[in-house]
Amino acid sequence: MGRLETLLQHLLNGLILGGTYALLGIGLTLIFGIMSVVNFAHGEFYALGAYGAYLFLALLGANFFVALLGAIALGVALGAICERVLLRPLRGESIETTMLVMIAVWIAMQNTELLVWGGVAKSIDHPFPQAPVVLGPVSVAPLRLFVLGAALALVVGSHLLIQRTRLGKAMRATFQDRETAALMGVEIHRIHTVTFAFGSGLAAAAGALLGPVFVVYPSMGDLAALKAFCVVILGGLGNLAGATFGGLILGVAEELGAGYISSGYRDAVGFIIIILVLLLRPSGLFARVERIG
Amino acid sequence: MKRVGTGVLVAMLLALPAWVWNPYHLHILIMAGIFAVLALSLNLLLGYTGQLSLGHAAFFGIGAYASALLTLRLDWPVWTGFAAATVLAGLAGYGVGKVSLKLRGAYFVLVTISFAGVTYLVSLNWMELTNGPLGLPGVPAPMLTIPGVVRLSFVSKAAYYYLVLAVAAASYALCHRLVHSRIGRAFVALRENEALAESVGVNGTRYLVLAAVVSAALAGAAGSLYAHYTRFVSPEVFLFMYTVTMAIMVVAGGKGTLAGPVVGAVLFTVLPEALRELTSWQWQMVLYGVLLLLIVFFLPKGIVPTFASWIREWRGAS
Repeated sequence: MGRLETLLQHLLNGLILGGTYALLGIGLTLIFGIMSVVNFAHGEFYALGAYGAYLFLALLGANFFVALLGAIALGVALGAICERVLLRPLRGESIETTMLVMIAVWIAMQNTELLVWGGVAKSIDHPFPQAPVVLGPVSVAPLRLFVLGAALALVVGSHLLIQRTRLGKAMRATFQDRETAALMGVEIHRIHTVTFAFGSGLAAAAGALLGPVFVVYPSMGDLAALKAFCVVILGGLGNLAGATFGGLILGVAEELGAGYISSGYRDAVGFIIIILVLLLRPSGLFARVERIG
Repeated sequence: MKRVGTGVLVAMLLALPAWVWNPYHLHILIMAGIFAVLALSLNLLLGYTGQLSLGHAAFFGIGAYASALLTLRLDWPVWTGFAAATVLAGLAGYGVGKVSLKLRGAYFVLVTISFAGVTYLVSLNWMELTNGPLGLPGVPAPMLTIPGVVRLSFVSKAAYYYLVLAVAAASYALCHRLVHSRIGRAFVALRENEALAESVGVNGTRYLVLAAVVSAALAGAAGSLYAHYTRFVSPEVFLFMYTVTMAIMVVAGGKGTLAGPVVGAVLFTVLPEALRELTSWQWQMVLYGVLLLLIVFFLPKGIVPTFASWIREWRGAS
């Protein structure tokens, strides 16, 4: 393959991965932004999505697409329960307390998965043909095209939800000024539950989509969580468009780094981005510079 | 009353190997001691200055690798390696602190996690220096040689127990001096209200970086102790799990107190081992997570402060 073709191939792979990173990032930026919760368990909902898809497919014999939807529903439901039972009682506590609670949830979820499914990686069957589709200079597996399409659809759906619906307006209001939103009649309790459930559902979607691409194992959530944080920082807290572009940037940066520098340090790209952005431009690359007063 | 109590405690600790002869139990105590040093170090940042650093395993690992490499590759005596590890970790703490203490809250947490993540990946991939995932086996044990008088090798568990006890006691004493000095009061002032503290002349960055340096140096010392005890160092020392364990020890034991982290260290070293006797390994970790949840919900101040207030209430009532 020529130099240009290699580059284009890396870019395409990066975009596909980046789409799912965007899903992870959007969920986390909403949770982090609206609820001020450092959700260390976000990666576990990603893993839950993958295991959920495995559960529906391999054990209950459902159709592939039904399994995906089931996995997402599982993420939403568990997220809502988690918020209601664990986070709501701790509403006024310091950020360290909520961080530790989420760390505890992370430990409990990951080891429950280990207990239930064992440590051996599982693979998820998919109905797409194996032969790659050739699009000019690049080729891509049909499964990955589906992942890209589904991820983009979910990203667009999230944007529409936040920008065009009343619920989305309420969420944006809560993010901007919680007290005033409450005074205007927004039910903050409900918004928090919806936000956490929605964010967890998106994480589960990312896991369910990437499950068939890679393999499913209990600690798959750890790196996913860190990448989600990276995307949130890149895009700026609470910034959905930022998270979307941030996810794509991270995916492409990782692919280019792995392809041209070293694949061993692939995951370091996310860490390095976090460090550089936080030190040089903490509000994120995409924050609009708003001056109030 | 307090002096008698402390004296009894010291005597018990010194005499411990006499009646705890099971090597497995001694091993648990040694690990508890190493973690006590780690917990004390994290407590300086988390408990006294209020900065949650979740990258602390990086300093532990830097200390372990520095000590191991200096004694293995350059044939330095272990004591020099120990000192060097402490200094190197402290320098790393200075670098990380200077750079990341511009940030606060969750962003500081994420930067510290990222530093630890990068150090892990470096230790995994830089084969020439660290031997990658194969690790460094055969790290020498400490040897005390006074020519003509004594030649003592700290290989036996009882001997290492005394070494760890000495370092833990020294760390406790250091933290005690620091916390009860002007510097300690500056730390607490910064934790409670940084803007107000700065307005009365407490230079936030300078004191926070100082806390980071001492904290990292202690963690490096613990790392060196660990390296010469297990005599094998691998990238696993950088695992997030160690940092989480340290954080649990500090918070559950009681952050902002000196006894809290020590109690937490002992408790959370003994507890997984005790759970291991009772249940399988996977249940152990699930229970661990549940226990952490329960402590955060019901004993939010930590074990030592909660017990201390109970004792005070009981004393006040009677």
